[in-house]
Amino acid sequence: MTTPLVEMRDISIAFGGVHAVDHVSVDLFPGEVVGLLGHNGAGKSTLIKILSGAYRADSGEIRINGEKAEISNPRDARAYKIETIYQTLALADNLDAASNLFLGRELVTPFGMVDDDAMEAETRKIMARLNPNFRKFNVPVSALSGGQRQSVAIARAVYFDAKILIMDEPTAALGPHETQMVAELIQQLKAQGIGIFLISHDIHDVMKLCDRASVMKNGKLVGTVNVEDVTDDDLLGMIILGKPPAGTA
Amino acid sequence: MAEISQNPVQKRRGLIESLDIDMRLVGMIGALVLISLAFNLATGGAYLSPRNIFNLTIQTVSVAIMATGMVFVIVTRNIDLSVGALLAICSAMMAMTQARWLPGMLGLELGSPLIAPLTVVVGLVTGTLIGAMNGWLVGYQLIPAFIVTLGGFLIWRFAGWYLTSGQTIAPLDQTFLLFGGAEGTLGETWSWILGLALSLVALWAIWSARRSKLAHDFPVKPLGAELALAGMAVAAILGFVAILNAYAIPKGKLRRLFEAQGMELPEGYSAGHGLPYSVLILILVAVVMTVIARRTRLGRYIFATGGNPDAAELSGINTRLLTVKVFALMGFLCGLSAVVASARLQSHANDIGTLDELRVIAAAVIGGTALAGGSGTIYGAILGALIMQSLASGMGMVGVDSPLQNIVVGAVLVFAVWIDIQYRKRWGKT
Repeated sequence: MTTPLVEMRDISIAFGGVHAVDHVSVDLFPGEVVGLLGHNGAGKSTLIKILSGAYRADSGEIRINGEKAEISNPRDARAYKIETIYQTLALADNLDAASNLFLGRELVTPFGMVDDDAMEAETRKIMARLNPNFRKFNVPVSALSGGQRQSVAIARAVYFDAKILIMDEPTAALGPHETQMVAELIQQLKAQGIGIFLISHDIHDVMKLCDRASVMKNGKLVGTVNVEDVTDDDLLGMIILGKPPAGTA
Repeated sequence: MAEISQNPVQKRRGLIESLDIDMRLVGMIGALVLISLAFNLATGGAYLSPRNIFNLTIQTVSVAIMATGMVFVIVTRNIDLSVGALLAICSAMMAMTQARWLPGMLGLELGSPLIAPLTVVVGLVTGTLIGAMNGWLVGYQLIPAFIVTLGGFLIWRFAGWYLTSGQTIAPLDQTFLLFGGAEGTLGETWSWILGLALSLVALWAIWSARRSKLAHDFPVKPLGAELALAGMAVAAILGFVAILNAYAIPKGKLRRLFEAQGMELPEGYSAGHGLPYSVLILILVAVVMTVIARRTRLGRYIFATGGNPDAAELSGINTRLLTVKVFALMGFLCGLSAVVASARLQSHANDIGTLDELRVIAAAVIGGTALAGGSGTIYGAILGALIMQSLASGMGMVGVDSPLQNIVVGAVLVFAVWIDIQYRKRWGKT
């Protein structure tokens, strides 16, 4: 068996007495898409924010490629090649696409000055691949549509050779055409051996895109199943009732 | 790549858009021209005399220097109400250093060439340290900037009072006084040389930006438009130098200067002031701050944090340390302003810089810095300071009562922000 790309073991975090994530373990293999399902407040975003460095777990450990990883801030996560597409997209609305794509990792000239033209050129290249219709390179991203903003956020995650990609509700703000584009992108990235955590509350997305699904309820892990082995109703049952379907667990 | 370069972004663009002219800049320059012409008419030409323009310029420097720092503070969604008080404590520290401590305790002779540089260092360090402390309280201790600096507003001026026992300290070191304005100018020849050098720098900046865009196959402005802008920049720089050179040094002062060298004033000799050192400092600050804002990571992070603090944090930016840096820079600039302000007044009095915090904030805001954070420009803040000083000094010359002067400046501040909001609504610019 190959070494998991990510192992999150026995992770717990509490906010003011509320156990947002309560002894949860999940893992992710190379080239695999794992869906994280659950109601709002089930703890899936919180769990993933621990992996992306936005929160620190109270207890539990994270292993990357089998080795214990210390992730205490987003910079650490980036060092482990973990990239995140947040549900809120986490874009600085007042900056243009290139500035957002390279935020925190700017290209600089030999004199240490930010090289906007070089960054724009790189942004044009990756956008030509991800979203060929994208033209608005010189305006603040606040002037972009939901789909265009999403493609900037995706470009940022993909550009820097992520090994582990976290997508938090990547299709929530998108139309059917753009949703299809995201689906194709996920297939492409899978083929490159990238592991993807896909957070969603849309069961159809998960059934279509994921290999396995982990379901959470009230901060606890209900169970992890192979998507092939279950039906939509099984997953729905796990989400609502918080019980693994008979025969799989 | 090939198919991109064949796609010139938006072929049909309006003339103004293709020139990429900042409408807010045009508006502010328009307002400044209008104010100047109106006062010039009302004063029978005295307002736009070289002498008054010279005075106006040196009166603006102190507030303008601090306003550039305030842009960064406000862009990161903070505020600094303590800049006037910081200026006062820096000025007090420097006054004590040059008039008491260095001559008294360290035994440096009065007039020693070491006094001025050491004094300036003390002022800058004082400002930077207090600023950094403000930033630490805001960034790491999470006390709202409004409260931290409101406290500083009450603390620092009166800390300065204790330092000087409330006394006005004068005279100050002769070399130090050169930073004040009229006492220290480059003279005509060096002003022209500097003007030409600045023009070359401006041309180089425009040219290299264009070259870089062409190298990446990006759309550029029409060459004619670029040349016109370059011409305007050069004309503005050289015109400004010409005006400052045209303000002749008074005969009595020239005679004293010659006598100090043991010579007699030759018959019919005259000399212009040229560029004051204080204005030179402001130009330097403006250039450096603009480069920081536009071309450094620090500047990029300042604007990103102002636009979306969470996104900045998630991008791995240490926004707490950034807050410390921004406030430390603000403090440094307060120290620099204190050098210029106390040298111009040729003394340290405890009320130095009173109400400057409001002038500085107003200058930044009139210059288009949004209190919501994320947007603002350095040149806007300097123009804002110039507009406010123009109003104050013009109304003074026309003989408007001082209460009414304040009323007008207040109304202009509110009006300017209203215009800005309308502009944003209409054009959707940030």
